[in-house]
Amino acid sequence: MEQLLQLPLLTILNFLPLVGVAMLMMLPGHGAGTDNTAKHVAFWTSIATFIVSMFILLHFDGSFAGLQFVEQKDWMQLGGVRVLYKKGIDGLSVWFVVASAFLMPLCFLAAWDSVKERVREFLIALLVLETMMIGMFTALDFILFYVFFEGVLLPMFLIVGVWGGSGRVHAAYKFFIYTLLGSVLMLVAVMAMCIHMHTTDMTAMFNAHFPKEWQTWLWFAFFASFAVKTPMWPVHTWLPYAHVEAPTTGSVILAGILLKMGGYGFIRVSMQMLPAASHEFTNLMFILSGMAIVYTSLVALVQGDLKKLIAYSSVAHMGYVTMGAFTGTVQGMEGSVMVMLSHTIVSSALFLCVGVLYDRLHTREIARYGGVVNNMPHFALFAMLFTMASIGFPATSGFVGELLAMQGAFLVNTWMAAVAGLGVILGAAYMLWLYRRVFFGPLVKPDVAEMKDLTWKEYAVFIPLAVLTLWMGIQPGAFKDITAPALRAIVVSYQQRAPVTSQALPVEEPAPLPTKKPAKQGEH
Amino acid sequence: MLFFGMPIEVLALFFPLFGALITGFFGRKLGDRASQLITCGFMLALSVVAVMQFKNVALDGNNSSYVLATWIQSGDLRANWSVMWDTLTAIMVGVVAIVSTCVHIYSVGYMSHDKCQPRFMCYLSLFTFFMLMLVTGDNLIQMFFGWEGVGLASYLLINFWFEKESANNASIKAFLVNRVGDFGFALGIFGCFMLFGSVEFSAIFDQAKNFVGKDIHFLGMTLSALDTVCLLLFVGAMGKSAQLLLHTWLPDAMEGPTPVSALIHAATMVTAGVFMTARLSPLFEYAPVALMAITILGALTSIVAATIGLTQFDIKRVIAYSTMSQLGYMFFAAGVSAYSASIFHLMTHAFFKALLFLGAGSVIHALSGEQDMRKMGGIWKVIPTTYVLMWIGSLALAGIGIPGIYGFAGFYSKDAILEATYAAHSGVGEFAYWMGIAAAFMTAFYSWRLIMMTFHGTHQGDHHVLDHAHESPPVMLIPLFVLATGALAAGLVFFDYFTEKEAMERFWREALLVLESHPAMENMHHVPEWVKLAPLGAAISGIVLAVLFYGPWKGVPAAIARAFGPVYTLVYNKYFFDEIYNFIFVKGAKVLGRFLFQFGDNKVIDGLGPDGISALSKTAAAQVSKLQTGYIYHYAFAVVIGLVAFLIWMGRS
Repeated sequence: MEQLLQLPLLTILNFLPLVGVAMLMMLPGHGAGTDNTAKHVAFWTSIATFIVSMFILLHFDGSFAGLQFVEQKDWMQLGGVRVLYKKGIDGLSVWFVVASAFLMPLCFLAAWDSVKERVREFLIALLVLETMMIGMFTALDFILFYVFFEGVLLPMFLIVGVWGGSGRVHAAYKFFIYTLLGSVLMLVAVMAMCIHMHTTDMTAMFNAHFPKEWQTWLWFAFFASFAVKTPMWPVHTWLPYAHVEAPTTGSVILAGILLKMGGYGFIRVSMQMLPAASHEFTNLMFILSGMAIVYTSLVALVQGDLKKLIAYSSVAHMGYVTMGAFTGTVQGMEGSVMVMLSHTIVSSALFLCVGVLYDRLHTREIARYGGVVNNMPHFALFAMLFTMASIGFPATSGFVGELLAMQGAFLVNTWMAAVAGLGVILGAAYMLWLYRRVFFGPLVKPDVAEMKDLTWKEYAVFIPLAVLTLWMGIQPGAFKDITAPALRAIVVSYQQRAPVTSQALPVEEPAPLPTKKPAKQGEH
Repeated sequence: MLFFGMPIEVLALFFPLFGALITGFFGRKLGDRASQLITCGFMLALSVVAVMQFKNVALDGNNSSYVLATWIQSGDLRANWSVMWDTLTAIMVGVVAIVSTCVHIYSVGYMSHDKCQPRFMCYLSLFTFFMLMLVTGDNLIQMFFGWEGVGLASYLLINFWFEKESANNASIKAFLVNRVGDFGFALGIFGCFMLFGSVEFSAIFDQAKNFVGKDIHFLGMTLSALDTVCLLLFVGAMGKSAQLLLHTWLPDAMEGPTPVSALIHAATMVTAGVFMTARLSPLFEYAPVALMAITILGALTSIVAATIGLTQFDIKRVIAYSTMSQLGYMFFAAGVSAYSASIFHLMTHAFFKALLFLGAGSVIHALSGEQDMRKMGGIWKVIPTTYVLMWIGSLALAGIGIPGIYGFAGFYSKDAILEATYAAHSGVGEFAYWMGIAAAFMTAFYSWRLIMMTFHGTHQGDHHVLDHAHESPPVMLIPLFVLATGALAAGLVFFDYFTEKEAMERFWREALLVLESHPAMENMHHVPEWVKLAPLGAAISGIVLAVLFYGPWKGVPAAIARAFGPVYTLVYNKYFFDEIYNFIFVKGAKVLGRFLFQFGDNKVIDGLGPDGISALSKTAAAQVSKLQTGYIYHYAFAVVIGLVAFLIWMGRS
């Protein structure tokens, strides 16, 4: 086992899905038989990738704040800039890598029976997407980061545009327009930073002090890209369209992983590399986060389409992510990452729930359902669990992140915490009303009455997600503890370079951050 | 002795969870009878432990605390899964366990015709588990867990008959109004962490007095730190305990099956707010403004709810408003630092109000589901046992007794509250006292109005219903006898522990903190004689008047209603809280949401963003001319650009 650790594990993890792609391309023949083989190939490739990711997770040192599994190769010299091939993970990125690898097998299971056209191409697109996502979260070289960050769009664009619903072209187009402007600006910023530092090594920039007037413009260039990806209000309107038109699997990946790229970018780039500008624009981020939370929650309240409603709720949840991160406090930062992790599981699960309904009735219109609890009691139980997690019910995954993010916000700006609290009320309103319209009431519609409870494949998808939802809620430390040292280091570094001024704390400064008291256990 | 590494008094708290999980997952396979036996068995075992622990902790003074596991740890913020046993916990666990066991057993009979009995038992047990977690936690976040958990259980149980639209609405309303309260609670927790650097009770209580006179900046205002935090926490208590402004969910919650009303919406969950003020007394004691607000709001709740109770015709709603009114008593007692009297009333009220609800359930059961008192009457001979039990419950609620000799449970606890309130010798205390006396009169009046309309006179409903009317089976009556015993004896037995100075000190020890400057409990023994007798006088006159009005003087109530037309309409319609809230919040949110969606997202953002760009690139010239001719969303687009520019400027702090 020890020798295995000498291998370039992250590179293997990153490109393993492409091995599956190659196999799929070489598969001879056409027709249902080949499609079935292709599904097996794709599924087992993703399982193999997941196993590698678990191996990495098990050997990840959670008490260490720095980067691990680092691989570095000189690639080329461009002008005066040293271009590297550099990979590595720390507490911030480790779970996103694992989550990408974890969701993919579930997606293949969920798509098994529902995708019927161009099956092989669909599977290839998903596997390429997996490579892009893992590449993005493991990249420590700015050029790689940029390539994967934008590269994710291509397969996603195809998944929405080819396998999507009737309005797929419009949705894909909208998705494209939004991200285009952001990526151009981000490219300029990346180039400026690399030329300034004479290297593309991202780790070199963590401690760089970019000139103050630069930071503002760099910050906005990245903001343009990350805000669209997150998405933040008011550049969120591509998301509901993309979700509505995307097939279930596309929605799961979009909500589960792609939305986290924005939040990850904000922490990795804005907070870590541009702390002075991040601090200067904290209020802007708070206002936009608050708008996202309240505005999109109100909009979610009036949606009549299952997917649009959950898409809008995603925007609201991402508001907690940006809010928490930009508090620059330990609680806020940890909360932000926990909200992302929880949302990965819960929103994926909710979109899969929509998929279950859609596969049976072929409509996303909420009003077409009603009384589903009567004939699908097991499904109703799963959906209730995920609904509760979505509204931040304690002892589910959703609670811990929101609590910590709001606690962090309260320490620096009580208005922000109060607005975020309103979102918690509104979140309960739209989710419970959704649940009630779909599941409760009398079972009168004949086609709804014919819907059958879950199949074994659907159980196989939901059970792991349900277990994770509860596990993360009851023992969040199992997930949070290995992120804590890295996040604490980010916060400490941020606070040193851009001291957090607490607006609501006249009594004492926040207690020193890096201290860790031994946890009390057992009887005392 | 340890079980799974836990002493029995910790493990027992999980019995209801075991019962809920077993019946929840395997209920359909196990069948009705087995599900009932399992949940009731676990509850009985819990009750035995709870009674033993009451003796061990409250009477013998063996406090203990256990940390089961770390729950949340982030920087300095730490919350454990924990179990803390002190006198307050022991009282609450005792009450919850006994009432819940009674309700479990009663439900076996009451729900015997229902098709989903395992699910019902599962929810009841689940509720009990959350309630136990609420009262045993050693930190605010575990309390919040229990707090939201009982809210979830309440939501599920109100909505138990999920095919009824009214039940769907009532359950969502209950959850959301409670969320509004929880919003305050959560902000209070954040405030506590900001001030004290901890959410654990022991750390908060140790430091509380150091923050007297300190200020906090909250929402742009500079406010007294402790008052602000306590008021925020109290907003949570208002939601859970249905205090005025956040009370509208409680009457609607009567959509749930009657055992649920007895357990959750009378005896246990709704008293969580009262429990919170007592648990946090070492914090609230240093927050004089918060205490004053609690007193005033409690007093107003008691009187407003009592007036509404006078006019309602649904038997369960009358009792629900009575509950709300009694919760008001408990709060204004806490507000004058008479926490002990407040918890005393919480305990006695749990017995007699659960008794009244289950008695009402017995009536409803007998009359095939009828709840309207106008269609009842003349059934005391048909269901005599229930009739006697309802008398006991009502006498306890009204607070009837012979001073110095014997009284029903409420006689001791309600008098203790009113005497202590008077003895606080403060303006708000006096206000609360008189509100309390007036509410005591009304309480007695509507209780006997209920008895007269339900049991006496001639039957007003369908005669087929009356022919089928029958006394409840023993499985329903035995729990009622247990509760009736509580209503008969709890006051007399526990009077000293809750009111007599030396016994109190031995009983409570450190569980409550009362400052020397808040001597209401001490002075209550030295109030003038008329202060002690006034509640009894008010109650007796209320009873006499009700018996006359709904017996020999039949026409009088209607005449009074006519004479006070507008006032009666106002009270009968519950002061129009529902209508106002519905208009402002429910309709308002939907209108705003629709506006933001259709105008904000579709017209402005999309119009200016992707759709606008595509249109612009196609026919740029035409677009420019349109801009000048004034399409509204182009202007709105410009406004948004201006807004974003403005926000950026603002954001540059």
